[in-house]
Amino acid sequence: MSYPENFRYTKEHEWILVEGDTGTVGITDHAQKELGDIVYVDLPKVGATVEAGKTLGSVESVKAVSDIFSPVSGEVTAVNELLAGAPEKLNSDPHGEAWLVKIRLSDPAELGSLLSAADYQAYLGE
Amino acid sequence: MLKQIPLAELHRALGAKMVDFGGWEMPVQYTGILEEHRAVRAAVGLFDVSHMGEIEIRGPQALHLVQWVSTNNAAKLADGQIHYSGLLYDHGGFVDDILVHRVSADHYFLCVNASNQDKDYEHIAAQNRWDCAVENNGPRYAQLAVQGPRALDTLQKLTSLPLAEIRYYRFRDGEVCGRPARVARTGYTGEDGFEVYLAPAHAAEVWNALMDAGREFGIKPCGLGARNTLRMEAGMALYGHEIDASITPLEAGLEWIVKWEKGDFCGRARLEKQKAGGIRRRLIGFEMRGRGIGRDGYEVRVGGQPAGWVTSGGPSPTLNRNIGMCYLPADLAQPGTVIEVVVREQPVEAVTVPIPFYRRPK
Repeated sequence: MSYPENFRYTKEHEWILVEGDTGTVGITDHAQKELGDIVYVDLPKVGATVEAGKTLGSVESVKAVSDIFSPVSGEVTAVNELLAGAPEKLNSDPHGEAWLVKIRLSDPAELGSLLSAADYQAYLGE
Repeated sequence: MLKQIPLAELHRALGAKMVDFGGWEMPVQYTGILEEHRAVRAAVGLFDVSHMGEIEIRGPQALHLVQWVSTNNAAKLADGQIHYSGLLYDHGGFVDDILVHRVSADHYFLCVNASNQDKDYEHIAAQNRWDCAVENNGPRYAQLAVQGPRALDTLQKLTSLPLAEIRYYRFRDGEVCGRPARVARTGYTGEDGFEVYLAPAHAAEVWNALMDAGREFGIKPCGLGARNTLRMEAGMALYGHEIDASITPLEAGLEWIVKWEKGDFCGRARLEKQKAGGIRRRLIGFEMRGRGIGRDGYEVRVGGQPAGWVTSGGPSPTLNRNIGMCYLPADLAQPGTVIEVVVREQPVEAVTVPIPFYRRPK
């Protein structure tokens, strides 16, 4: 799978797509591959405040639990309701349909410390 | 440095994700745990479990040593018969859980857990007052497990042994692909199936032949991930989880492998004392009711108070529920107790249920 050029990435394998003052956040294809079959997703509620680099929620595969770290600080404005009933979508479409949350950015300057698609793939060694 | 099983390279070529399992580099999954799990329940799966240890006890008094170190009654085994048993410390806790195969009256073949094999060997050798030859033979055997309702059809293509005649927990020595092999009707999945012991040099050839033979049934290579979810559904103990040096068979629901009538054995006195004094904690199954997955090591509360811990837990692919096993005070370790499993600091409701969670259709 390719890593979209218009996303920004973290070394913890999250992505963010910023449109206006809001970013859509998900986990990367690499993350879903490493996790294996995802069976459960725990996400914050709309209105929650999140901080860059802090835990945003968690995803659980058959074998393990992994934290999701927020790429940016801000307020959660939407949560992907699809995932509660169909967490396996995170395996099949991690960069699309299976986005996790939307966050209204409180400090857009934070985006500067995230990786470009090329940097992220270099980081993965691909 | 991780220990390598003979087929590590082959597994990598099949796309396996390799992990450190008790010091061995082992395949945890190939295509995905759920798919592999379902292949075993519905058809057939192939596992490389060459990391498992094999300890052989030989000599005219081999039975005496086996009887002393293990809890089940090996005197009842016939040639070619197998039973599940416990190796205990003096204090009644588990050194390991094992399969005892009686090859002949003067030769017993023990299949033991990979990461316990050296400890088991030392434990047995230290108790050897009967001049037996005790050999730690793990590196001399590869082990392939063919598991699932089509396991027999798959393996039968490669051997002249009449597999249908080998009953559950029996084994025969013969050939697979023309190579010497010990074929046992045992497994760790809750399905019908066979465990094949053979020389490491022949493992790749037999693995590939089994994959070919099972293709028409939809055979899948399966890793330790599916092995764990399968054994958990079947309610089988895993050393380091349901049992360890601090747990006795009576607590673990394994009194059925303790044969009181057999005479003295290592750990017996403590078990008798425990039985007489009352067993304080017991293993029980649970199903999550609230949203969340109870996992190994999570705290269990009853009425808001700490009461026990989860030994194994996770999603059950067959039942489509989140299940697990836990230790609770004996009076609470009955089906129907409402408990809370503390999932990442949040108590989530669950209810205790009997073990096993899954029994194969007969």
